[in-house]
Amino acid sequence: MLAMNYRGPYRVRVQQKAEPQIEHPNDAIVRVTRACICGSDLHLYHGLVPDTRVGSTFGHEFIGVVEEIGPSVQNLKVGDHVLVPFNIFCGACYFCQRELYSNCHNTNAEATAVGGIYGYSHTAGGYDGGQAEYVRVPMADVGPTVIPPDLDHDDAVLLTDALPTGYQAAEMGDIDEGDTVVIFGAGPIGIFAAKSAWLLGAGRVIVVDHIDYRLQFVKTYAQCEVINFKDVRDMAIHIKKMTDGLGADVCIDCVGCEAVGNVMQSITGRYLKLQAGAATVLHWCINSVRKGGVVSIVGVYGPTFNAIPIGNAINKGLTLRMNQASVKRHLPRLIEHIQAGRIDPKQIITHRVPLEEAADAYHLFSSKLDNCIKTVLIPPRAVPRMAVEV
Amino acid sequence: MDQAVQAKQDGPDRSRYAHIQGWGADLDHRNRPAYPMERMPARLAHPPEHEPEQQPITTTVFHSTERPRITPIFGSTVPPSGLSGRLRAWAFKYSENNIFHWLILLLADRINMMEGVGDDLRSGHVPNVLGEMGIKAELKHNPLGFARKVAITSAVVGVACFLIARRNGRRR
Repeated sequence: MLAMNYRGPYRVRVQQKAEPQIEHPNDAIVRVTRACICGSDLHLYHGLVPDTRVGSTFGHEFIGVVEEIGPSVQNLKVGDHVLVPFNIFCGACYFCQRELYSNCHNTNAEATAVGGIYGYSHTAGGYDGGQAEYVRVPMADVGPTVIPPDLDHDDAVLLTDALPTGYQAAEMGDIDEGDTVVIFGAGPIGIFAAKSAWLLGAGRVIVVDHIDYRLQFVKTYAQCEVINFKDVRDMAIHIKKMTDGLGADVCIDCVGCEAVGNVMQSITGRYLKLQAGAATVLHWCINSVRKGGVVSIVGVYGPTFNAIPIGNAINKGLTLRMNQASVKRHLPRLIEHIQAGRIDPKQIITHRVPLEEAADAYHLFSSKLDNCIKTVLIPPRAVPRMAVEV
Repeated sequence: MDQAVQAKQDGPDRSRYAHIQGWGADLDHRNRPAYPMERMPARLAHPPEHEPEQQPITTTVFHSTERPRITPIFGSTVPPSGLSGRLRAWAFKYSENNIFHWLILLLADRINMMEGVGDDLRSGHVPNVLGEMGIKAELKHNPLGFARKVAITSAVVGVACFLIARRNGRRR
């Protein structure tokens, strides 16, 4: 089968690879019909995630058709078109029993910090991902959700990670009616966090980034205020001036370890690797939020350490909440929102590209070229759809 | 009274949000899927009755020192091999709490990259590095940026060559 193949930092290609096999009685083999490139895939692409092995296939956002099931699978049948949450979870462990599916204890041997994730290095379990023609889907009885017939498949693929993560980012902010919410990052997660903040009752939503075309998009799509931080001398002072000197009620980090905006953070974190990436946005969140406010973190950071102003967080009495999204628990409500017309996720898709052109698609997304916001890869055996050549 | 406090007490004017589709649909915390954060019983349509059986172990899989054994479900792609594999085996002798675990894995990743080039050459395939880095997209969408990178790289290499040649000249 054709599959994306990681060759080292900034190098990927698409080549033939052995098709996945049933390895556990509750596995399924899914023929992928759509797969997205996620902003967090760029951390793998840039070589920042430990134990990312040459030959791995990335891709934790995908939908597809069930082609084969293991002997113990009872809740799926061959031919079902499913969306597959990026979390690989068992449904039975201590954490799954509490709906913390992203923290499953039974699906990642290499690390205890996070459960298994498709195509996200051996630090997240060593599973191949969905940027391929076929993918092995473990625990098929609990993970995949059959796509409702009235749900557009472009919306379905965004339900595997991007929309639930953006929604959970806002949800972890514990937003009250009328709250001022500042979201750092105008990528897909930040865009959906902004939209979700309104659903949760925010009174004011402000998105911060430095890429003009993304700020323009989120301003229209999420009906929010925008700030280009390159026009700002001091982010915390700027936010406080906008909020009667108090600071925002909620600040959300939708950027993670490859943030730009602070020279020292970039040098120590992104270039010298003295810390697990640049904690620029964490600084801005902690210093821009009001006393007693909430900082919500969905941006991905490495597993070592980062220098953050924890003293400020303590003195201000902040609540810090963070986690990978537990997609499955969010699906029923988010599908309701889509069906009710409250949110239209597929509007953020800017590029649909044949899987064979994944190398160019990664570069396009990484370098923010051609006004790229979200890229969908379409394998050759997927349902035919107009593909835009990169 | 402070304006912000007064505004909170008065409550916001909801008509302000009439233009925002779906505003407040999840204002009630009971509508929020992850509220409370830990929720039992889990609302799975078909909750498993027991933990999964062990997946057969047919390849080398490392496990964290914080676990007694390999998890029931695990990924089996790209088993460790070569020098990078031996480094990874060394890394897994340290706990996740020890920075050496992660630094050794990053070192293994860099060596693995070179092993990958070696594997390509041994199999008769010369990797198209520029293609793998997305040169087509760069030339199509950022030709000026590409020209700038080439110019800077050439200048740096040129200066380096000049300094080395001058040093070699002085030694003679």
